[in-house]
Amino acid sequence: MVTIKKSLHLLTAALFALMPLVSNAETPVVSAHDSLHAVTTETSHETHDSHDTHAEVDPSSREFVQAYTEHHLMDDHYYSFFGNAEEHKHYGFGLPVILIDNGLKVFMSTEDFVYKGTVVENGGQHYKYYHGKIYKTDAAGTISYDEHHHPTNEKPFDISITKNVVGLLLATVLLFLGFTALAKTYKSSPNNLPKGIARALEPLVIYVRDEMARPNIGEKKYKKYMPYLLSVFFLIFLLNLLGLTPLGLNVTGNISITVCLALFTFLYVNFSGNADYWKHIFWMPGVPWPMKIVLAPIEVLGMFTKPFSLLIRLFANITAGHSVVMGLIAVAFVMKQTLTTPGAVGVSFLLTLFLTVLELLVAFLQAFIFTMLSSLFIGSAVEEHDHH
Amino acid sequence: MTIPNLVGAGLIVIGAGIGLGKIGGSAMDAIARQPEAAGKIQTAMIIIGALLEGLAFGALILGA
Amino acid sequence: MEKLINDFSLGLFFWQAIILVVIIFLLGKFAWKPIVNALEAREEGIADALAAAENAKRELTNLKADNEKLLAEARLERDAMLKEAREMKDKMIAEAKEEAQTAGAQMIAQAQASIQSEKNAAMADIKNQVSTLSIDIAEKLLKGQLADKQAQEQLVGSLLNDIKLN
Repeated sequence: MVTIKKSLHLLTAALFALMPLVSNAETPVVSAHDSLHAVTTETSHETHDSHDTHAEVDPSSREFVQAYTEHHLMDDHYYSFFGNAEEHKHYGFGLPVILIDNGLKVFMSTEDFVYKGTVVENGGQHYKYYHGKIYKTDAAGTISYDEHHHPTNEKPFDISITKNVVGLLLATVLLFLGFTALAKTYKSSPNNLPKGIARALEPLVIYVRDEMARPNIGEKKYKKYMPYLLSVFFLIFLLNLLGLTPLGLNVTGNISITVCLALFTFLYVNFSGNADYWKHIFWMPGVPWPMKIVLAPIEVLGMFTKPFSLLIRLFANITAGHSVVMGLIAVAFVMKQTLTTPGAVGVSFLLTLFLTVLELLVAFLQAFIFTMLSSLFIGSAVEEHDHH
Repeated sequence: MTIPNLVGAGLIVIGAGIGLGKIGGSAMDAIARQPEAAGKIQTAMIIIGALLEGLAFGALILGA
Repeated sequence: MEKLINDFSLGLFFWQAIILVVIIFLLGKFAWKPIVNALEAREEGIADALAAAENAKRELTNLKADNEKLLAEARLERDAMLKEAREMKDKMIAEAKEEAQTAGAQMIAQAQASIQSEKNAAMADIKNQVSTLSIDIAEKLLKGQLADKQAQEQLVGSLLNDIKLN
């Protein structure tokens, strides 16, 4: 029994270790055949500018790569693992669409709805999917555009379980499994050594506490903020890592997610801010009064730019990482003519491997930076100043 | 992306590159001078680098 | 920027907010709190154990010093006892000697006294015998040699000489 368990562990560990490789090896196949919809919409978008090509699926074209990358970076109402562009088919599963539009409307998304623009009727109201958003429309599915080619149709409030929500839920479940296991090892005695995956988590918890919370917030108050910091650190780290797997998730590279995370930090900082913190913002001590008047708006602006830079940093880093990985994977197709197929795949594989390893570092670094800066901001809000 | 956008992005990247280079260089100097404080210096370096990065990304995204 | 604002999805934001709150509270209750507390307890335990070891070490050195002190005391006591015993022995020997001497002296004195008395008795006896002898001799002289005056005197003289020798 023990040996079976051990080998199972080894197998999962090996799978995890090889995941970036699998992701690199497999995604070219995916990108070869995916997302006609993205291409068509993108090209139809581009017809506006100069191109007059229409829905020609050429995986080695720049447009295809761009459209594919863009599609990957966006949230989706249909979980597609891979697809076949020639046959206009996607392999994956539909996700529940939840709309608040004169009551709650729930239906499962289908491939046709998301990728082929089929109109769905629910509760006497017609909905059409266009460019990642659901619009109210009529039975024929007409969408009117303004002069910037933006749809002017009304949008219902969309709280669907999208691909990113699935990713979030998956990460939540994994976090629960990992950390309740870690918490359980301490139940009988705090001196127990955690086993399995929990053993890798314990040093990370200690790292968050000793490198981020304690030095930045202070010995006395850090404990109050540990749940937030640990949650955010592990959530971001896990989501970043999931983004490197072949699941095709891009959760932390989504602006909505990072806005939410930064908003939480903002709230934590400002709700725990003591009198000194507010005094330093509105009436900076120790400077002559004309300067105080000049400094106040700057400090107020700083209050908002801090979380803003947090959200932009995380979003941009992950988005950039994913774009570059996708671009390097695309090398296998774009360079096929000049380098021959094995050459192009080899070059692409090596470059992508290198970049994915770098992305592993970035995945940790961004989680670290987010948590570190959050604790720094919280620390500056709860700090006791000795008055000068 | 228009030409001015691209030029602006290039300027941002040049500025950020110089900044990061200075941070990294100074950190290396500091570590060489005091190898026992390497951990602390690295943390500070990463934080300042992150702040700079946030600024650069913010500018890039606002400009794009 | 415009594209970003366009990409922003309130629905996703909504889910993320809910999930983050759930993670912070549920994990806070079931994972973070026990973990952080356990880690702290473990660190305190380690610190306590180190302090206890330090204490034990100090106690051990104290104990050693105590032992040495006790040992030294015991040695001193032993020395004192030995010294006492020796003194007592010497004293006893001296006493025994003295006693023996006195006893010996007494015995000698007694012996001398008895010898003296024996001698005196013997002397008296001898004197008696001598007197009887001298009477016998005088008798014999008187019997045998009273005719000769010279022999008589000679006899008396020699008898007297004999008496003087005794």
